[in-house]
Amino acid sequence: MAKLPKPEELSKIDLTPPKTDWMDTPVVFKEGMFCHGSKPKSLEIVGFPNPREWRPADADWKLPENWKEILLEGIADRLKKYRSFRLFMDICVRCGACADKCHFFIGTGDPKNMPVLRAELIRSVYRKEFTTAGKIFGRMAGARELTVDVLKEWWYYFYQCTECRRCSVFCPYGIDQAEITMIGRELLNLLGLNIEWIAGPVSNCYMKGNHLGLEPHTIVGNLEYMLDDIETVTGKRIKPTFNRKGAEILFVTPSGDLFADPGTYTAMGYMMLFEELGLDYTWSTYASEGGNFGFFTSNEMAKRLNSKIYAEAKRLGVKWILGGECGHMWRVLSQYMDTWNGPADFLEVPKSPITGTVFENAKSMKMVHVAEFTADLIKNNKLKLDPKRNDHLKVTWHDSCNVARGMGMLEEPRYVLKNVVNNFVEMPEDTIREKTFCCGSGTGLNASEDMDLRMKGGFPRANAVKFVADHYGVNMLANVCAIDRATLKALMEYWVPSVGVCGLHELVANALIMKGEKERTTDLRGEPLPGIEAKEEKA
Amino acid sequence: MNLKNLLQENRSAIVNQWFETVVGTYKEETRGPLRRQGAPFTNPVGFNTQQGLEGLFDGLLKGMLPSDTSRFLDGIVRIRAVQDFAPSEALRFILQLKTVVRNKLGEKAQEPALAGELVFFESSVDDLALFAFDLYMQCRETIYDIKAKEARSMTFRLLQKAKLTTENQE
Amino acid sequence: MKALVSLIAVLLLALIAYAGASVPAMRFLFGVVIPYAAFIIFVVGMVVRILKWASSPVPFRIPTTTGQQKSLPWIKHSTIESPSTGLGVIARMALEVLFFRSLFRNLKTQQVGDGTQVAYGEAKWLWAAGLAFHWSFLIILVRHMRFFIEQVPAAIQMIEGLDSFLQIGAPLFYMTDAVILASVTYLFIRRIGIPQVKYISLIADYFPLFLILGIAVTGVLMRYFTKTDIVSVKVLAMGLISFNPTVAETISPMFFTHLFLLSVLFVYFPMSKLVHMAGVFMSPTRNLANNSRMKRHVNPWNYPVHVHTYEEYENDFREKMKGAGLPVEKE
Repeated sequence: MAKLPKPEELSKIDLTPPKTDWMDTPVVFKEGMFCHGSKPKSLEIVGFPNPREWRPADADWKLPENWKEILLEGIADRLKKYRSFRLFMDICVRCGACADKCHFFIGTGDPKNMPVLRAELIRSVYRKEFTTAGKIFGRMAGARELTVDVLKEWWYYFYQCTECRRCSVFCPYGIDQAEITMIGRELLNLLGLNIEWIAGPVSNCYMKGNHLGLEPHTIVGNLEYMLDDIETVTGKRIKPTFNRKGAEILFVTPSGDLFADPGTYTAMGYMMLFEELGLDYTWSTYASEGGNFGFFTSNEMAKRLNSKIYAEAKRLGVKWILGGECGHMWRVLSQYMDTWNGPADFLEVPKSPITGTVFENAKSMKMVHVAEFTADLIKNNKLKLDPKRNDHLKVTWHDSCNVARGMGMLEEPRYVLKNVVNNFVEMPEDTIREKTFCCGSGTGLNASEDMDLRMKGGFPRANAVKFVADHYGVNMLANVCAIDRATLKALMEYWVPSVGVCGLHELVANALIMKGEKERTTDLRGEPLPGIEAKEEKA
Repeated sequence: MNLKNLLQENRSAIVNQWFETVVGTYKEETRGPLRRQGAPFTNPVGFNTQQGLEGLFDGLLKGMLPSDTSRFLDGIVRIRAVQDFAPSEALRFILQLKTVVRNKLGEKAQEPALAGELVFFESSVDDLALFAFDLYMQCRETIYDIKAKEARSMTFRLLQKAKLTTENQE
Repeated sequence: MKALVSLIAVLLLALIAYAGASVPAMRFLFGVVIPYAAFIIFVVGMVVRILKWASSPVPFRIPTTTGQQKSLPWIKHSTIESPSTGLGVIARMALEVLFFRSLFRNLKTQQVGDGTQVAYGEAKWLWAAGLAFHWSFLIILVRHMRFFIEQVPAAIQMIEGLDSFLQIGAPLFYMTDAVILASVTYLFIRRIGIPQVKYISLIADYFPLFLILGIAVTGVLMRYFTKTDIVSVKVLAMGLISFNPTVAETISPMFFTHLFLLSVLFVYFPMSKLVHMAGVFMSPTRNLANNSRMKRHVNPWNYPVHVHTYEEYENDFREKMKGAGLPVEKE
């Protein structure tokens, strides 16, 4: 009898990649993992350098002749400007604690997505050019030359980081990859290496006031559609005002909520709440964007876009500003706005006209998060709520990265949630609050062409949702972030199709009993309320 | 001793070996984190893979149809369908179970008394692999579907605004 | 490979010192000149490094908040994890520096399925070994102060007493000696044993480990095995700090090896990742209060930027705005 090959010899295709040092492993651009390059027009509008047609997959990126000089000067400049950058270049001990904390590493299994290694991409060049040891010992000291390949590696991986700060929670020195990615992207922008999904919204926001490029009449028109829907549900016609001088409060929310479901339901929720309170507030079509994609390009661009909020508050003569539900928007507002464009001494310390509560925690920057505002209303019994209207939902709460780790707003939305729904289940501890997992699509990575990346990066979040869906029948994932609302929808559709996505104030509005409203038969989405048979109204 | 009992006896060894085969398809630097046990939320890929393989193996032992164990298969295939694998690489692990089993059974796999059962077992692994292709395709189609839906929802309000479409009222 | 290079480098350094100090004429070099130079380089190097960090401002208030912000009075504020005051920041930093709070965060137990299962993984060992290493290093350093002070203070004697409370052997066995050897060895093993950690490791990660291991090993050898003229060592130490050093013939080459490796560490310190010792105190994600909404943080290099003003916006869209019934500034 012929000797049979040993079973393990039957399948002998070695999938292990050749063992090379990471510095010798060139980056491979994989389809579905990156976004389209920025269009020249988007860069020209805001005066970003090197506008041209280019495609990330092409070999030639049409870089300026002196690209290297520009980059090195850029690094030197930022080392002088940011202690965080200089310090984070020096003090990492590569302990590896951050390695498996990154949702992109967990989802992709690509070692260069370990936060420490993503930082080393830039650190290796820093050592080569800015430290004596690196200059003398070169590779021995972990230093390497800045080449076009290195540049491409930066681009690929700095656009595979959502600046969620989860790694920085676990780092013994607080090294924040978000900070390094932000600087990395700033440097790339010096060469016109942006993605269109960011560059487009930035130029839109600059010229038209919001990322989506909604012009003033379109904003009014879009809200009209929502008001129609509100009327259908509640029988009440709401008449919000725009650009109104003398209003007490300016309301600013991410434009995503004016445009696509399910964000629109959240926007409807705001309007219903404010109507019920009789709040003296106005929308602005000029400062019609709470979010800030400029933050994903450069500090300067972020400041330019952000300036509109205070400027509009001043022009309209409001007393203070109320902000809608958004993630990165609130990191920018909390940690940057007052520094960039303050002091907002023309405003008053925010005071709820309904409860009289003074928001001391926002006494300098003068802007209150709508979840803080609503939590205060509920605590003071100012709202009539019927949480039973949300009984068809079992809700879990997704802490948005920036709100959790760049602001610390954890309890306010939970308090509101618990008052407007009867069924609330927390996800496992390792995946919420300061340890929350990113949606995988933040920082302008919520395009469609990088869907594979988004699905991988969002997997740890989806996995935790799946757990509560399987064990507790959760069917709704609530959050306070416009990007979440847009992207978790896709994420759930792939990983946990039984779970929907909504904003906090959609649930508030569902539960809110309004004066003079008709008996509600549906929720804001037109779905029949629990206990009420769907009335077949055939046209 | 029949094959089923033999496999049952070697269950943990086989599943572990099978798990290692799957882990082996990832880069060396990621295998450590994948092997981390009992961390369903911070090591979701490793956890779902482990759970899935156990479930699939038990299903095969009980002679369950692939459609009855799809929950376990889904837990693995859905992940691998978005990771950087060619379809063949993504699904090879199923067929590799045959190698793992023969490997673990050693000499016993050659015994004529077991031959019939072994052929049956292996053909059910093949069935599972075919079923996995369906699942894999579904996953990929979902991705394209999501892309299309996103594009649609981006433009819907615009079309509405331009009075090019109206919402269908119920 | 990188580990091997580092190991050879440290062995070579040790050999140089051992051989060198065996030559009587070289003892002054190894006992006095090099230690002085190393100390000066250390101090100057660290000062320069810190000044360099300090010269870059902190333009934005960017604490990583790991707990509830201070907001409404009835919501429990996490005063340490998301501090709003200087005191809270001090507490947060103390936890970080003394107990490696952030590394510890890895250790939480996890709910698995329906039952509770404990899953620490390697994280527990990293935290434990890191803590053990740093604390034993500190205690050993403090113990060594006895060489520089004529009358050994009670505090140091107490530390020595605690460290040797097992009362084993003569001279009494210090627990920290064992702890530092074990923890450094562990930190090395995990670096080569865990693929993803190995992947990110540089020579700059292995070298200091071997160097510190070398210092510890030579110290242990001297104390428990080869012995040296400890009285003369103290005379040398006292001489060094009073700028009147004398190097006795009776001091063994092992001591000079110990001292030389320590000197190398001192020189290496300011230009390596070891500066994290000072850097951790300056980390803006940890040492700032989360109060940027209450109190304006000033960026020293804040500069005016181009903005698209409302006026320009209205000029772009005036007719459309009027058409939609929106108020305008200019008709």
